Amino acid sequence: MSDAPESLVQVRNLHKVFRRGSERIDVLQGVNLDLAQGEYLSLMGPSGSGKTTLLNLIGGLDTPSDGSVTVSGDRIDKMSGGKLSRWRSRHIGFVFQLYNLLPVLTAERNVDLPLLLSPLSRAQRKKHVATALAMVGLSDRAKHYPRQLSGGQEQRVGIARAIVTDPTLLLCDEPTGDLDRRSGDEILELLQALNKEHGKAIIMVTHDARAAERASRTLYLDKGMLVNEGVDA
Amino acid sequence: MFRWFAQTLAVTGLSIRSLPQRAGPSLVAVVGITGVVVTFVAVLSIAEGFNAAMANAGSADTAIVMRGGSNAELNSALELDSTRIIEDAPGVRRGDSGPMASAELFVIVNVPKKSTGTDANVPLRGIQAAAFDVRQEVQLVEGRRFAAGTNEIIVGRSASNQFAGLELGQTQRWGENAWTVVGIFEADGTISESEIWCDAAVLQPAYRRGSTFQSVMARLDSPETFQAFKDALTTDPRLDVQVERETDYYSSQSSMVRGIITGIGTVIAVLMGIGAVFGAVNTMYNAVATRTREIATLRALGFGGSSVVVSVLVESAFLAALGGVIGGALAYAAFHGYQTATMNFQTFSQVAFAFTVTPMLLVQGAMYALAMGLVGGLFPAVRAARLPIVTALREL
Repeated sequence: MSDAPESLVQVRNLHKVFRRGSERIDVLQGVNLDLAQGEYLSLMGPSGSGKTTLLNLIGGLDTPSDGSVTVSGDRIDKMSGGKLSRWRSRHIGFVFQLYNLLPVLTAERNVDLPLLLSPLSRAQRKKHVATALAMVGLSDRAKHYPRQLSGGQEQRVGIARAIVTDPTLLLCDEPTGDLDRRSGDEILELLQALNKEHGKAIIMVTHDARAAERASRTLYLDKGMLVNEGVDA
Repeated sequence: MFRWFAQTLAVTGLSIRSLPQRAGPSLVAVVGITGVVVTFVAVLSIAEGFNAAMANAGSADTAIVMRGGSNAELNSALELDSTRIIEDAPGVRRGDSGPMASAELFVIVNVPKKSTGTDANVPLRGIQAAAFDVRQEVQLVEGRRFAAGTNEIIVGRSASNQFAGLELGQTQRWGENAWTVVGIFEADGTISESEIWCDAAVLQPAYRRGSTFQSVMARLDSPETFQAFKDALTTDPRLDVQVERETDYYSSQSSMVRGIITGIGTVIAVLMGIGAVFGAVNTMYNAVATRTREIATLRALGFGGSSVVVSVLVESAFLAALGGVIGGALAYAAFHGYQTATMNFQTFSQVAFAFTVTPMLLVQGAMYALAMGLVGGLFPAVRAARLPIVTALREL
């Protein structure tokens, strides 16, 4: 574990405690993690091991009980409210298991959503959206609504939405968890291409060992602790 | 700030565009608020109509003179000599046939209502010929004026519409006399239209009033001469009178009923409004619950909580405004111009008037609807902004 300045993500002694009534649940117990620029990391582990919680903490969707999370030099565990929202919009691209597309918007309008938070003009936004859809191979589905797309296509739109702002880090939570094998493979190839060809840093939570193999490194979580580190791909 | 507006506009647009997915609960809120606005506007249009009939009656250059201490014509009595002094007072306009002043009697007769058949108190006013010069808004629209010295009567349009047996050619028996309707008149919808008029000289013996009257209506040279006219009469040692502008008199005569109707209307509207607010709260909680994952996704992408709050409030206000507009339109279509009559407790007589839905009432109804929408949307909006993103993202 190094504090090398080139680390994009530094997680130090991270704890997350949930309380259910009088019960205390230690979801994360002193996790330390580094992610280098351009690295593709997969997080594996059984259900309830804390994978998604760790991902949410790195993405600024949740706040730690203790410890620190630094992404691209920003201590996000110290941020809250509007500042954290603005930080997320600039630095993080989320890919969700259930795609989380807005059903009333077409594919291109879904992809355009994060750009509404940027200072880009309408014409610039349109260009970015077209580029992102082209990167995921869905230029011809731009005017389609989510209900008119297959699951794999929906997830591609989700990825286009995640990359359209050219974020510092892509966080993928079970991106193939709701897809058949073939569609899942296509998504994994797409993520791999984004990492290898565009140098996009990715952290992916998955249950699927085949999916994890695509990453350059795999970490295993169990009961809130990193238990061992996988080999580089 | 521009970006905040842009993102708020985007989130709000999403809320509105997803409304069809929540058509049922949204419709409930709209219908609830529509009902409140219809009631609010309808009840207050009664007060407006009554006000239009009473407070707008008369003109500033017409004065009413009654016995000192009288608060209504019914309590007043003026001797013939007194009425002559009043007619000759300075400031009274004079026409070809003398001073424009009419000494009048005011009695109550029982006439059945057309709507219920029950007897109602209707004012029968004995006038002098000059009354038509004093009240220039009075226009005969059917028949002719009554002939002096006969038991003929002319009837206000509203009274003719509301009460039975007051149509042209019909005869009514009050006391020992039979009275025949020979004319119907209008007076710009004011209280005069609720009255029946006859010759004062015939009414006096019919009701054993001797040579007394109850009031003198006098048209003045101008509104500005009122004070001089009043001073001349109230300082005259031969007289014990009080002098009021006709407009002020009718306004004071309507204050009690106007206050009661407005008060009752406001109470009803507020109580119904509370119910509608709960309806709106329920609808908007439902909207937030339905959109939980959508809102969480937007928050995850970086949209701020305040934009979410505004979007929920705008949606709620939009539904409420829709209810307000529909309610106002329904109230106007159903009630505006509806003729009715009610007892004026200050004169113990019926005042016929029309429900009047004014533009201001429609604006008030819409504002009330908006207020209900904003109050109803507030708590759900705050809840939406405080949704824990991590949990909400997993909502199905």
